[in-house]
Amino acid sequence: MTAADLMLALPEIFVLGMTCIIMLFGLWLPEERQGMISFVSIMTLVFAAIILLGWDDPDPAAVSFAFNATFVRDQMADVLKLSAFIVLAAILVYARQYLRVFKVAMLEYHVLSLFLLLGVMVLISAASMLTVYLGLELIALPSYALVALRRDDQRSTEAAMKYFVLGSLASGLLLYGLSMIYGVTGTLSLAQVANITAMGNNTVLVLGLIFVVIGIAFKLGVVPFHMWVPDVYHGAPAAVTALIGSLPKLAVFAMAIRLLSDGLGNMQMHWMSMLVVLATLSIVVGNLVAIAQSNLKRMLAYSTIGHMGFMLLGLLTGSDQGFSAAMFYAIVYAIMAAGAFGVMILLSQHGVEAEHLDDYKGLSKRSPWLALMMLMLMFSMAGVPVFAGFFAKWLVIQAVIDAGMIWLAILAVIFSVIGAFYYLRVVKLMYFDAPDKDDAISVPADFRAALTLNGSAQLLLGIFANILIGLCVASF
Amino acid sequence: MNTDLHIILLAIPLLPLFGAVLAGLFGRQIGRAGAHWITILAVAGSLLLSLYVFKLIVFDAMPAINTSIYTWAVTGGLKFEIGFLIDSLTVVMMTVVTFVSLMVHIYTIGYMHDDPGYQRFFSYIALFTFAMLMLVMSNNFLQLFFGWEAVGLVSYLLIGFWFKKESAIFANLKAFLVNRVGDFGFLLGIAAIVVSFGSLDYAEVFAVAPTAVDQTISVFPGVEWALLTFVCICLFIGAMGKSAQAPLHVWLPDSMEGPTPISALIHAATMVTAGIFMVARMSPLFELSEVALSFVLVIGAITALFMGLIGLVQNDIKRVIAYSTLSQLGYMTVALGASAYSAAIFHLMTHAFFKALLFLGAGSVIIALHHRQDMREMGGLRRVLPITFVTAWLGSLALMGVPLFSGFYSKDIIIEAVHLANRPGAGFAYWCVLLGVVVTAMYSLRLLFLTFHGEPRMEQSVREHAHEPGWVVTVPLILLAIPSVFIGYFSIEPMLFGGFFGDAIHVAAGNDVLAEIGSHFHGPLAMAVHALVTPVFWLVVLGSALAVAIWFWKPQLAVWCRQRFSPLVHVLDRKYWFDEIYQAMFARGSARLGNGLWRYGDIAVIDNLMVNGSATLVGWCAGLLRYLQSGYLYHYAFAMIVGLIMIIFTYIILA
Repeated sequence: MTAADLMLALPEIFVLGMTCIIMLFGLWLPEERQGMISFVSIMTLVFAAIILLGWDDPDPAAVSFAFNATFVRDQMADVLKLSAFIVLAAILVYARQYLRVFKVAMLEYHVLSLFLLLGVMVLISAASMLTVYLGLELIALPSYALVALRRDDQRSTEAAMKYFVLGSLASGLLLYGLSMIYGVTGTLSLAQVANITAMGNNTVLVLGLIFVVIGIAFKLGVVPFHMWVPDVYHGAPAAVTALIGSLPKLAVFAMAIRLLSDGLGNMQMHWMSMLVVLATLSIVVGNLVAIAQSNLKRMLAYSTIGHMGFMLLGLLTGSDQGFSAAMFYAIVYAIMAAGAFGVMILLSQHGVEAEHLDDYKGLSKRSPWLALMMLMLMFSMAGVPVFAGFFAKWLVIQAVIDAGMIWLAILAVIFSVIGAFYYLRVVKLMYFDAPDKDDAISVPADFRAALTLNGSAQLLLGIFANILIGLCVASF
Repeated sequence: MNTDLHIILLAIPLLPLFGAVLAGLFGRQIGRAGAHWITILAVAGSLLLSLYVFKLIVFDAMPAINTSIYTWAVTGGLKFEIGFLIDSLTVVMMTVVTFVSLMVHIYTIGYMHDDPGYQRFFSYIALFTFAMLMLVMSNNFLQLFFGWEAVGLVSYLLIGFWFKKESAIFANLKAFLVNRVGDFGFLLGIAAIVVSFGSLDYAEVFAVAPTAVDQTISVFPGVEWALLTFVCICLFIGAMGKSAQAPLHVWLPDSMEGPTPISALIHAATMVTAGIFMVARMSPLFELSEVALSFVLVIGAITALFMGLIGLVQNDIKRVIAYSTLSQLGYMTVALGASAYSAAIFHLMTHAFFKALLFLGAGSVIIALHHRQDMREMGGLRRVLPITFVTAWLGSLALMGVPLFSGFYSKDIIIEAVHLANRPGAGFAYWCVLLGVVVTAMYSLRLLFLTFHGEPRMEQSVREHAHEPGWVVTVPLILLAIPSVFIGYFSIEPMLFGGFFGDAIHVAAGNDVLAEIGSHFHGPLAMAVHALVTPVFWLVVLGSALAVAIWFWKPQLAVWCRQRFSPLVHVLDRKYWFDEIYQAMFARGSARLGNGLWRYGDIAVIDNLMVNGSATLVGWCAGLLRYLQSGYLYHYAFAMIVGLIMIIFTYIILA
């Protein structure tokens, strides 16, 4: 370990250090000063971003390794980490009032979120199977605890239990797969795995690959490894759903790239067809079942399943074009999801989760601003042109067409039309139905600013799509 | 130098947009005064910057700027860009648009003083200024189309500004629909350009167009049309909609339902001239098609004469001016058809000033009389509204084409250009524009006599309250009167004969009628003196004499004429039955067609069979799949393991 190694991982080290400090000092903060925790956590993100951007890199496109090539820093890692900071910062702003109203421990929520973020960062920068597993568990363990954060809520604890059992099962499968690959290649480094698999592969390697793909599929929540998603999204407090519905997707995207492209790129012919099946099933099941939901959280859960199917479309092409399209999709999705859950968090301010679609009736009359933000988010999710979600879908579909899989592209388009139904239903409820209640919605100023940015980001990322697309393209 | 200039060019359209957004979205917060100050300052800034660019291009002889600001998308080799083409043609339009717009903004403070939609109105007119600037500054067809549609949208919104008034809603729907017809042609023209030349950029299209003279296009199988003729006529159909040329003129008189400042800004001075501007901008294309130019010439000539005639029998003060606008737009179109593009732009400019003046003058009369517009209830207003009276006379003299006034120079040149043109239809067009001169003089003077002279015919209470509106109304009148009188005298020589437009307008060697006129031109004063021995001047005198006799000297003559020529008057009263025919054929016909399609196509096939059918199917599948989500942990784990086994089975055992 050298100083250069430490410099490379400085953002991670900073986040870890700050998390520990917040944990220690938070214990002594009196009840009424708990807001400090939120502020310091957000500041941590700001400074982590500054450290990340301020790192003096002679060549931005360069790939640097650290800690005996177990940790990698490249442009993809930087862009994804920066997106993670932004998304988490927004969620922390959204969550503050919610935590107070629901009497959820401020300190636990923030410390666990920051640990989850650390896991996300480690996983994004993983260059060895060991780091992959480390990052993954660092995401998973805080997630389980976060879901169970409302200990007295039956639904919450049930969801956490399911998540924990199934998550452990998936971790086990992934670990099993990684061990098989290690057994064949004799190395943990993904770069060396790539070198060795270039010489040909055998059945054990394929078996290992299958388990790895299943591990990834579980974490992304694609069909048939999606069963946990609706129950966990539904059971978790909204502020936690926002977190586990957005941040880990960025990391798992990176994990898929690291494992499948960097490590097992030579086995593309195998994983490609597996991903085709998973993507197709997800797009179909996710979009169809979302229609039948009357609960917004469950609807968004199935919508996530569909979206992850779309993201897989980019990944499965195995081309740089497809990878960059999937990366764009993952980032745009994380921002959309954070915003949509943000609206839900805001509406839950009376101590009852506003998760029923009926709660959104006539929202435009109660708060035109909130309805407009939700409209932009829903339009973006539905893929209405000019919004960012449209370009995300367009890019992956284009990548699929360029890879010669026209039928898959047609299927994707048909199901995005079917999917538009349930997003537009939310818009219809907000704008064309009469409200059931007419109490005013009070919005803290920082919440308003964050959600305005989040909503209009959908429009801006669409109009100026070239900027983010350029960053994604340059990452591969 | 370029970055500074880019910022200036960007600021010119964006300032009004900024004002429009502020006044529109935050109207309540900034208040009435805030709304008018912000938009007026924005448009004034825009005017100053336009004047600066005007100076750069015209006086400092800077070469034309053709630059792309932002590439929106690139697909299949086709670039969608936002860019500016700034040359002498553009700067003339920019200054005219921003100047008239500023005047109208100021005037609106007085005109809309008591209106509850005050901020909304300012937001719209500033938005209009933005859209119009985007249109004229564009360097490609996409942005041109954007501006074209955006001005159309604002026009729609403003005609229906008083949206509780039944007739206003009818009028704005009509304007919208008629413009769709024109836009359809316009879009077809642009599509033909993209298909044939593979570019949306003006410069690129103009560069390759001459090589396509002999190409044909087959729109319907088996029928071959000359490509450029097709393109030009399609583009011109767009211009016919926007510039209200017969038979797509029917929306303009009805658009007078909107507030008067709008009639001045949009439906007289700027938007309706967009078609004229567009054809002039496309001169390199039109010059390649004699057929298209003849078409333009004949349509313009018909509009110039026959729409003027309707103006003679209208009683609504604004409608008289509206028909006069139609007729004058016809004159501009005739000039385009005669290849005298500079003359068209010249008339566009002078017309913008004097017609805006006349409309604002009419608006001043309307405010004074508490929104009464019928000229039969006016009369004798010269003592009550002295400033309006004088400026309206000046504007009318310019419109009639009395020597030394601005309209004289622009109109005389057009008539002379048509006289010299020798393409099919030029003979017909010449007679139309000559007779049009008599008609113009008659309706202009009729309006003045009925409004300002004679005995007051309004109710006692109205007359007692009538007084000249405040300075916000009179100052724009005076400021517009100055160019209405003088601008022709000072700008005819540099603009028409001084190579002012340079490369901005292209005229083929054999078509250059203006150069021929130029060879006999000895200065504006000599031209005015020479006019005394031309037929045009004596036709003005004839028209004026008739008008004086009928409406001033012996008003009973007017009654006698109505009876004597009653069939003719009836035809004019019914406006050649255009409205009735359209209403019966297109409006009712398409309503019936739509009804049939709705009942059988929409409800039966699409709704019941396809949409509801597939929705039921989707819903059924969704319901079924939902059962899989049982909530039991062991079901979930089981599903995962089944998935695992299936994949292993497929990839290991089968492989």
